[in-house]
This record gives sequence, C-alpha cells and structure tokens, in this order.
Amino acid sequence: MSALAAVLKRDVRIAWRIGGGALTGALFFLAVVALIPFALGPDLALLQRIGPAILWLGALLAALLGLDRLFADDQADGSLDLLLTGPALLELVVATKALAHWITTGLPLVIAAPVLGLMLNLEPRGMAVVTLTLLVGTPALTFIGMIGAALAVALRRGGLLLPVLVLPMAIPVLIFGVSSANAALVGPMSFMTPFFILCALTLFSIVIGTFAAAATLRHGME
Amino acid sequence: MPLIDLANPSRFLAFTSRILPWLIGGTVLAFTAGLVLALFVAPDDYQQGATVKIMFIHVPNAWLSMFVWALMSVAALGTLVWRHPLADVAAKCAAPLGAAFTALALVTGSLWGRPMWGTYWVWDARLTSVLVLFLMYLGVLALWRTVDDPSRAGRAAAILTLVGAINLPIIKFSVDWWNTLHQPASVMRLGGPTIHPSILVPLLVMALAFTLLFVTLHLAAMRNEILRRRVRTLHLLQARGAHA
Repeated sequence: MSALAAVLKRDVRIAWRIGGGALTGALFFLAVVALIPFALGPDLALLQRIGPAILWLGALLAALLGLDRLFADDQADGSLDLLLTGPALLELVVATKALAHWITTGLPLVIAAPVLGLMLNLEPRGMAVVTLTLLVGTPALTFIGMIGAALAVALRRGGLLLPVLVLPMAIPVLIFGVSSANAALVGPMSFMTPFFILCALTLFSIVIGTFAAAATLRHGME
Repeated sequence: MPLIDLANPSRFLAFTSRILPWLIGGTVLAFTAGLVLALFVAPDDYQQGATVKIMFIHVPNAWLSMFVWALMSVAALGTLVWRHPLADVAAKCAAPLGAAFTALALVTGSLWGRPMWGTYWVWDARLTSVLVLFLMYLGVLALWRTVDDPSRAGRAAAILTLVGAINLPIIKFSVDWWNTLHQPASVMRLGGPTIHPSILVPLLVMALAFTLLFVTLHLAAMRNEILRRRVRTLHLLQARGAHA
C-alpha cells in the first residue's frame, strides 16, 4: 500500500514541477474552446445550444493530448522497469499511475470547464451539469487512453498512433457525457438515465484499462 | 487434423498448398451460382426495382466485417493464452481483409442509400457503428505497420483486438442510443419481418461465396506471411554472418 502511495505522490509531484506539464492540457482546452467561435461565428444563442458538446470535445482532445506522458518519461529514465519488476502488483501500479495522471491532467479540465462555459454563454445550471458530467466522465477517458499509452510505450512509438487507437473507444463516453448534459438542460429525457450509464462506463473503463495496460506492459517489455 | 499439428509452419504450408486449389475452385463455383441466382433468378423488389440487387453484395460483406473481427479475437487469444505460433500470423493476415470487407459494406451501402434515401450518407445507427468498426480495423492495421518485429507487434495487436472486441458491443449500444435520441426511426429498414425464399436463397449462396473467398484469401495471405518471415529471418542471419 505504501508503495502505491509513493507512486501516487511521486507522479503528482513530478507533474506539477517544471517540465511536468500538468496545466498544458488545461491550456490546450482553453485554446480549442476559444477556436470554436472563430469557426462558427460569435452567435451566443448557437454557442449556448452546442456549449456542452464543445466543452466535451475540447476536454476529450485535451485528455488525449497528455496521454503519452503517462509511461513515456518513466520508460526513458528506466523507472518503468523498476515498477515492472517491483513487488507491487502491476495492475495496482498502473491504476495508481492513471489516478495520478487524472489528478494532474483530468481534474484541471474539470475545474476549467465552468470558466469556459461562461465564455460559451452557458447558464449556471448548464455549467454545473457539464462540470459534473466531466468529473464523472474524464476518468474513463484517462483509463481507456492508458491502453493506448501502454501500447505506444511497448512499441516505442508515439505520436498520432495513440489517438487513432484510442478515439474510437472513447465514443461511448462522449455520447453519454454530452447526452446527459443535454438531458438536464433541454430534456425531454431524465438526466439520471444517461448519467448512470456514464458512471457505468467509467467503472467499466477502469477495469478494462487497468488490466489491458498491465498486460500490454508485461507482454511488450520482454 | 487437430489444430496443434498445424502449429508447425512447414506442415501448415503443406496443408495450405493441398487445400488451396479446392478452395479456389469452390469459391469460383459459389460465386458463379450466387451471381446467376442474384442477377437473373431473384425478382426485382416491387418498390426498389433493380437496386435491391446491391443487397446480395452488401449483406455478405457486412456479415464478414463482423465475422473477421471475431476470428481476429480468437487468434488474439491464441497469441496471448496458448502462444500458438501461427495465431499472430492469422490475426495479421485477417486485418486487411476485414478492413476491405468493411469498406465494401460501407461503399455498397452508401451506393444503395443514394437511390433509396436520396443521400449517400445518413448518420443512421447501423452505418455509424460500421464506420467505427472500420476505424478500429484501420487502427489495428496502423499498429501492425508501426513495428517491424512481428512477435512484438503481434502481442500488442492481440491486446488491442481483444479490447476492441469487448468495446464493440458497447459502442454499438451507445450509437443506437445516440441515434434514437437524435432522429426517430424514419429510415427504411431492410426486408421487414421475413425475407421471401426467392431472395433468401441467392443471399445465402452469396454469403457462402464471400466466406469462401475470405478463407481462400486468408490462407493464401498466411502462407505468404510465413514465407515473408522466413525471408526476414534469413536476411537477419545473413547480416549477422557478414558482421561476424
């Protein structure tokens, strides 16, 4: 247990220091959301209507952007080998690393969402709903993305391969994230139905992502 | 012959060279029968006219697009669990074929949609899920093309294939949900409750023909891949010999 706590503390600390890039994702999120009105025009009514979708798309892209850091730095300095051969169960180690990654890259997106919602003319209720769905949904993105990050490290290839592999599997999260936000704002469906499915997707992704990433690292690093 | 005997690549090569001529003959026969039945025997639809014939190409391709991923998943289990030496060869050779069948299903569906729906593409639940399946095939292909060491790429692709197999039903469910949310079921559905035997029989023959085509191409591709890996090993040995 203390080993896992040490991994968590180490990863969070590295991400916050110089070169860690914890807030780059949030900056990217801001830049993407700021681009949308330039493409669509400054029509506030339109932006309000598609605001939840814009925020979810921006968060999805920003979450993908930071994924290659999940294992790549550890591989470069050799600490990934230590984690692989260490006494702690690899599944728990990768789950801890994903948690640390979510705290440093996913959580800033969730915190930034209300501010960006303001710029998209969302009402307070809309901001609250989108923030809540992002809070529940972004861990799913991190854990699904971890599979891609593990593949990229095992194959020693990064770049565009990772998002290409991960994006199709993130579609359900996007669908239920946006539809639960829209259900709360415009109806007619009850908010709880898609929201519970989003929660289920997150739990499911935590399991799948953890086991698949651990298996990839085990098989790939031989 | 049990599956384990085919683990020996030489025995597998001998087996394929024995069986391939029969498979090619069977494929040609099945296609001849299927095309004659589909084009000349099956009646035109009273509403759709002759465009209904696209179905005889479209439906077998759509069915193979899913069948091939299932086969790749079994091969992935073979790679990861049983360490069957030919499993990753089978998975690697199935991926481009599966992508091709999925692309054909999409293209024929879109050509069929133009006269029927008035547009080449609608964001219908089925079309969208098949499009996602196509993207996942392309992802697996991209993964295979990234790494030159076949066994390393094989294990990574196997994990990706299995994760995809688990995720595909979820994606299908989500897309169905998303579609009913956005548009009511206004899109015409195929066939209705039952398909008349005069259409069903040609369809089944065509499905058999396409499946035989897949098996033939798959075995031939596996043979080529084994030979290609032998050449690669010989090259590596030669390079090592020249160096030493």
